[in-house]
Amino acid sequence: MTTSTPAVRVARLSKSYGDFDAVSDISFDIMPGETFALLGPNGAGKSSTIEILEGYRDRSEGDITVLGVDPQHGGLDWKARIGIVLQSSGESGNATVVEQLRHFAGLYPNPRPVDEVIAAVGLEAKAKTRIHKLSGGQQRRVDVALGIIGRPELLFLDEPTTGFDPEARHQFWDLIRSLKAEGTTILLTTHNLDEAAELSDRAGIIVGGQLIDIGAIGELGGPAARTPMVRWRDASGARHETRTDSPARLVAELAADAGGEPAELQVIRPSLEDIYLGLVRRHAATTSNPENAEVLA
Amino acid sequence: MSSTLSPQPVRARTARHGILSLGLSRIGFEIKLYFRSTDTVFFTFLFPFIMLGIFTAAFSAQGNIGTNPDGSGGISVGAYYLPGMLAAGMLLSGLQNLAIDIAGEKGDGTLKRLGGTPLSPLSYFIGKIGQVLVTGILQAVLLLIVARFVFNIALPTDPEKWLTFAWVFLLGVITCAFLGIALSALPRSGRSASAVVIPIVLVLQFISGVYLQFNALPEWMQNIAGLFPLKWMAQGMRAVFLPETFAAQEQNGAWELGLVALALLIWLVVGLVGSRLSFRWIRKDA
Repeated sequence: MTTSTPAVRVARLSKSYGDFDAVSDISFDIMPGETFALLGPNGAGKSSTIEILEGYRDRSEGDITVLGVDPQHGGLDWKARIGIVLQSSGESGNATVVEQLRHFAGLYPNPRPVDEVIAAVGLEAKAKTRIHKLSGGQQRRVDVALGIIGRPELLFLDEPTTGFDPEARHQFWDLIRSLKAEGTTILLTTHNLDEAAELSDRAGIIVGGQLIDIGAIGELGGPAARTPMVRWRDASGARHETRTDSPARLVAELAADAGGEPAELQVIRPSLEDIYLGLVRRHAATTSNPENAEVLA
Repeated sequence: MSSTLSPQPVRARTARHGILSLGLSRIGFEIKLYFRSTDTVFFTFLFPFIMLGIFTAAFSAQGNIGTNPDGSGGISVGAYYLPGMLAAGMLLSGLQNLAIDIAGEKGDGTLKRLGGTPLSPLSYFIGKIGQVLVTGILQAVLLLIVARFVFNIALPTDPEKWLTFAWVFLLGVITCAFLGIALSALPRSGRSASAVVIPIVLVLQFISGVYLQFNALPEWMQNIAGLFPLKWMAQGMRAVFLPETFAAQEQNGAWELGLVALALLIWLVVGLVGSRLSFRWIRKDA
């Protein structure tokens, strides 16, 4: 029993465009201070979902509250409490980084200091450069800066690190951790599963408009999906692969039997990416082959 | 990138800024971006100067316009075209500028981003109208200075003329600004905006007495032009800058300032309603 109400509450959300059901019957909650990742292939319905929550699109069915407000009727006071990093921006950008941030800071009642945000996204050296002259990754950092300048309670990040080099991505992760530490609620979509694993507390996986799994990052896919795998080659040269919950014991036995090091020994714990791919493939198999659905489920 | 952000200050959220104060803060930002856009500066801000220069250079050899049979009187080609160029400037600064600018902002995601912030569409409009007013006034004043000191065109000294100038200019430029906001909904993408807007603006200038002498156009064309606002803005400007004797050349032999006001007010209402009905931060799906 928690005393706080969810920051985001999505109940039986559906969205169709004509005959096409982009989102079907999705439900999830995000608690205050939580970072929740929406994962899924391109075209799965992640962006439709997030744009409905941001107030950009109207839903077809379902009940939604975002910070206690129906986003379809979110007024300016509500918008002052959220921050949005859209999936792509193609702004011509005749303003400089600092001008753009100063202007957007002025739109919010309680903005963060501009210099601090510029430093947080690592653009101090580019502060006086016009945005259209920045590289794609640097422009993306401006997008992130504009998303957090208003000191949002709830931050939407739609594929925020597209175009980031690895160093920038790790710095971005640090930035998000500091926002989390401040208590910001975050809804993240990303194709980078390391990113989802690093940042989020829970995740939902959307495929074909349906939520096929949801749970804590460490529990997605169920216990079976994360059973460690031991691989080795025996004395006769044959390859072996065994899934076991006690890999250390198996390795010890192998070592005892072989009287030394088993050849090419590997103990593999499935990464979030392995688990995610397994779930998506399994879902694709069930939907393309409905008779098999029961067997695979 | 230092990942440290100062935590939330220990104070309640202050009240959101008012619609008017945010609108005023937009004006400065909009003007700055206007003058950084080379396309806009050339095709909107400087265009009337260029056209006035071309017309003066091309037709001055043909002598004055409106000379008496005895060769006296008449005004220079530059003086004759000045009112048309002022009217064209109003149309360009208001309608062409905003229609292309806003269609572009819709296309490149600027509007979508603003739509996610606590900025009211009204504040956004105030910013755009303010940008049009400031750049339009600057353009007109510079045009008058160039006319007076480069082309040596005599300007009116009667304060009543300048009063007419003030209301025709303000009413015309604000009408054009709202028509521009309404028209920005027409182009299907930011990239096609110029291709949609410029032909409209160009045709209007040809039939409304900006590039061609209005009294030399066939009556049916004058009547068509009378359905649109540019004809009336040009007529109002002629009333200010041309000698009284030229009133006889108007379609009905008079300046008809009352009709000018009426036509512009009707188009202002069209522009306001069109802006209100068509403006969206994003193209919402069905």
